[in-house]
Amino acid sequence: MPVTAATRHLDDRYQVTIVGAGPAGLAAAVAAREQGAERILLVDRDAEPGGILRQCIHSGFGLQAFSEDVTGPEYAHRFVERVLERDVDVLTDAYVTDVSRDLRVKLMSPSTGVTSVETGGVVLSTGARERTRAQIRIPGERPAGVMTAGLAQKMVNLHGYLPGQRVVILGSGDIGLIMARRLILEGVEVLGVFELLPHPSGLGRNVVQCLDDFGIPLHLSTTVIDIHGHDRVERVTVAPVDEERRPLTDQAWDIPCDTVLLSVGLIPDGELARQLHLSLDQRTGGPVVTSTYETSLPGVFSAGNNLHINDLADWVSQEANVAGAAAADVALGRVRARQDVAVTPGTNVRYVVPHTLSTDLTQTVSFRVKEPIYGDTILRVGEAHRRKVRAVVPAEMVTIKLGPKVLESFAGETLRVDAIPAAAADDLAAAGDDEQ
Amino acid sequence: MGEHRHTATIDAGESDTFAYLCTGCPLGCRLEVDVVDGDVIEVRGFSCKKGERYGAQEHTDPRRAVSTTVWLVGGPVERLPVRAAEPVPKDAVLSLVRELHGLEVHAPVEVGQTIATDVAGTGIDVIATRAVQPKEQLPVAG
Ligand SMILES: Cc1cc2nc3c(=O)[nH]c(=O)nc-3n(C[C@H](O)[C@H](O)[C@H](O)COP(=O)(O)OP(=O)(O)OC[C@H]3O[C@@H](n4cnc5c(N)ncnc54)[C@H](O)[C@@H]3O)c2cc1C
Ligand code: SF4
Repeated sequence: MPVTAATRHLDDRYQVTIVGAGPAGLAAAVAAREQGAERILLVDRDAEPGGILRQCIHSGFGLQAFSEDVTGPEYAHRFVERVLERDVDVLTDAYVTDVSRDLRVKLMSPSTGVTSVETGGVVLSTGARERTRAQIRIPGERPAGVMTAGLAQKMVNLHGYLPGQRVVILGSGDIGLIMARRLILEGVEVLGVFELLPHPSGLGRNVVQCLDDFGIPLHLSTTVIDIHGHDRVERVTVAPVDEERRPLTDQAWDIPCDTVLLSVGLIPDGELARQLHLSLDQRTGGPVVTSTYETSLPGVFSAGNNLHINDLADWVSQEANVAGAAAADVALGRVRARQDVAVTPGTNVRYVVPHTLSTDLTQTVSFRVKEPIYGDTILRVGEAHRRKVRAVVPAEMVTIKLGPKVLESFAGETLRVDAIPAAAADDLAAAGDDEQ
Repeated sequence: MGEHRHTATIDAGESDTFAYLCTGCPLGCRLEVDVVDGDVIEVRGFSCKKGERYGAQEHTDPRRAVSTTVWLVGGPVERLPVRAAEPVPKDAVLSLVRELHGLEVHAPVEVGQTIATDVAGTGIDVIATRAVQPKEQLPVAG
């Protein structure tokens, strides 16, 4: 079974066109086919499908999708095989430059030139971008040697270049933690990870396996306040921060290094969403969507990191299953779900996706908390559902499945999603009882 | 990061308790492992059986999933992702990866193909995690 297959012939009309062949695009293509769409086009600007998984060589993928722990490339391989078995047109090395509001997808590639296809449904699965230095406003000079952790990951894992010899990592996102270990294994010195917040923003297992195992220090409530060097980074100044996250400059110290990796988070790649004037959610940076992940423009769907930043490729695949199937439904003229319940973030919840739910569907509500709660926690979706969990942390997305039975009596209402300590929830319930 | 460190607290009686963070899944349960005379007698704090096994294993014989890359000749990119076919003793991780440093693999490659055997005396093989077509067979777009 080949892992790359390029389309030799491009039709001018497809039922479903999918932009981006990462885990979201691959799963959407499979689901669209299973739902009955016959002409499906999957486009990616890279030379091969797989998206970011091609450079995520570590394990930790597939526990939900395959009940097996596999690496990123293996996870991608399995989905690429599924796509190729289903006779989907896969066009690689092709950049989608524009999607028009009447669903014409314009693309550009060495093999097709500039061309456009008409489509019945579009899935935007273009992934995310990394936050850069400008977005987090570090002062200082602009020497070489400052780059995002994901770019360093691509250099090391796909092309075999090392970013430097003495590295400081700013931000404790998963990519930064994974790269700390990766660089140590390649013989590079990793001098420390500096996190502005009082807790790591990456997963606990990555703190243990990528930092603790190799004795790499994690400095919490500490940040890089200055980067020095003319042509190349020579040293950074770091300082602890107070409760309001203001650097305590009198306690600052310098670290000689030649490279600074930024691991300060991802944001959905919103280029096509903006072109299409889709309604965007300021909290996620992605489009506002229904429970089948349809955006404010009928026929346009969003899934994966293009919709909101996911920590697990498995969740991405599940989301894209729904989006791909729904795109096929729309293309085939089937009736849409009701979307008659609204959901909105409440106490200690940063964002909720999707933005509406249907009383006639079983759907998944995904959200992230603002502050970690270690200990019994109540997750509440309005009056419709509550679940008790052991802990919640911002690094781990929470998902709750809600079906017609649970939602039935809430048509027309807005459900607030809360994540609160169990003790506080009991107090609230007691207070509520008193009022009655 | 005190809560993630492996801390030992000596009990007034005769058992020691060690704290570990279960890495079996992203939930990250906080485990406590009770040890008497070097034997694990109880693991607490897990949410599933995997965590109970992990706690005992992490105390007696810690192992890690290991991934790295080697040079790839005749492929679409310069590096081939590989992994240890089974979990590697924690102390052997660095030597296993370093032994692979100069290795070159020629396309074509299959997923799961053995790239090196008994690496760094661990008895563990290293396998490819992606497939690579021979160059002349790469499909041509257009
Ligand atoms: C360092 C790192 C570590 C991770 N670790 C784990 C882990 O251990 N376990 C886990 O389950 N998950 C992990 N994840 C998360 C998971 O990999 C991502 O959530 C997932 O890959 C996102 O998939 P996606 O399809 O939305 O985006 P991507 O994989 O980014 O795919 C987007 C694709 O769209 C293409 N594209 C973008 N714009 C265009 C355009 N205009 N035209 C054509 N093509 C375009 C891109 O080339 C790319 O191929 C990790 C992520 C990172 C970055
Ligand atoms: S005990 Fe089970 S649920 Fe908890 S982290 Fe370990 S594997 Fe996950």
